[in-house]
Amino acid sequence: MDTATDAQNYIALLEVPEEKVAVLPGASADLTSVTFCIREEDHTLGNSLRWAIMQNPQVDFCGYSIPHPSEAKMNIRIQTTDQTNAVDAMDKGIDDLKSVCQLMKARLQQRLGQGDYARTS
Amino acid sequence: MALEDRNRVVVLEDRVENVSGADFPMGVDGQDVAFNLEGFKDTFDIRIVRITPTDIEFDLVGVDASIANALRRILIAEIPTMAIEKVYMINNTGVVQDEVLAHRLGLLPISADPNEFQWKRPDSVPTDQNTIVLKLDVACGVNRAAAPGETDPRKKYVNSSVYSSQLVWDPKGDQEQRFAARPIRPVHDDILITKLRPGQAVTCELHCEKGVGKDHAKFSPVATASYRLLPEIQILEDITGDDAELFRSCFPPGVVEIVEAKGVRKARVANPRKDTVSREVLRHKQFEGKVRLTRVRDHFIFSVESTGIIPPEELVTKALDVLMEKCDIAKAALARAVKSSEEDE
Repeated sequence: MDTATDAQNYIALLEVPEEKVAVLPGASADLTSVTFCIREEDHTLGNSLRWAIMQNPQVDFCGYSIPHPSEAKMNIRIQTTDQTNAVDAMDKGIDDLKSVCQLMKARLQQRLGQGDYARTS
Repeated sequence: MALEDRNRVVVLEDRVENVSGADFPMGVDGQDVAFNLEGFKDTFDIRIVRITPTDIEFDLVGVDASIANALRRILIAEIPTMAIEKVYMINNTGVVQDEVLAHRLGLLPISADPNEFQWKRPDSVPTDQNTIVLKLDVACGVNRAAAPGETDPRKKYVNSSVYSSQLVWDPKGDQEQRFAARPIRPVHDDILITKLRPGQAVTCELHCEKGVGKDHAKFSPVATASYRLLPEIQILEDITGDDAELFRSCFPPGVVEIVEAKGVRKARVANPRKDTVSREVLRHKQFEGKVRLTRVRDHFIFSVESTGIIPPEELVTKALDVLMEKCDIAKAALARAVKSSEEDE
């Protein structure tokens, strides 16, 4: 995709890697325990996504790491119960994180509109 | 642990306790504190304290530290701005070397709306859509009008100091019409770029491109973006008389006040926000067991200071947009990865 024109904000879009997300070897056959490798991401997405995924009661374990500081890679491990699988948990985590952001943005706009704060020039 | 203590970080004399939160399902004594969006809507809040043309202070209440930290990290490193990226040095006879001068020029905040520009890929040519051209052409000479015997170089010479106000925007294509309402210029006019003496001159062409702080700090739209947890002082037992005076003096002015009731002077917490959590109060024997210092784990006092390119309230909105964009990209990439692995099988 030609991302340079449609994306305003995000630099990683300039060079979204071919395999932005990859499933690392060693995943269980039923995909309940999977380590994903996300390229060009760091603690910004890693930690907040880990938090969002951990809120899912079907997730037994979720953790992230940046294996080496000179490689722009972030690994995120998810283990779930057999009610679901790691891919779905990841997908739900991303959706939840986005909803949280949307809510925060809406609340910020609301508060800015109310104007009940000190404004000095 | 009591429910109200769950989101308190306890500050003790020599250590800090209850540091990490356990706000995930079954995290605390098997109590179900799972996240749901409806509950989040009620507990979450943003309270704006103060907005100035360059600063914003607001409270972010009811979110996890990872979200607050993501916001801070994005503000510093991932909101794009325009900054001088290429300097074509035509003449520089000043004492500041080309590369040092180019670096100084790069750090100047340029007032230009980054949304109006496209990213410039390494292989693409500069166009009016992705590049701003500025020019600097200054020569230093002797000021004929100066009084004889004048020793102040600012009066004795002309252009002895080169300031950011001397950068001239060279509009390309339709840029003049597009930015008629807000012409492109440095945010501050009084930034010293270099110093010259008679006979020395600097002539160069500067190209601004779009970039983000994680590539180079000059692209960062903030001077600082930081948060701290709301301090809380719990007085467990009444502190009266001279002890109250001593208690008040353990905190910065305005944190503790003394109220008088029935002829007894008693210490009362007036404004814990102003506290620096110096722990001075914990050094005194007479307050042992009477006071507890904590911090509220999910109450972040955010302070964002813009460089002047983007208004501070817009910065916070943009930071949330970037985080959402990251989510979208990750979601699409996850779907692609799953699809390709299914095809392999």
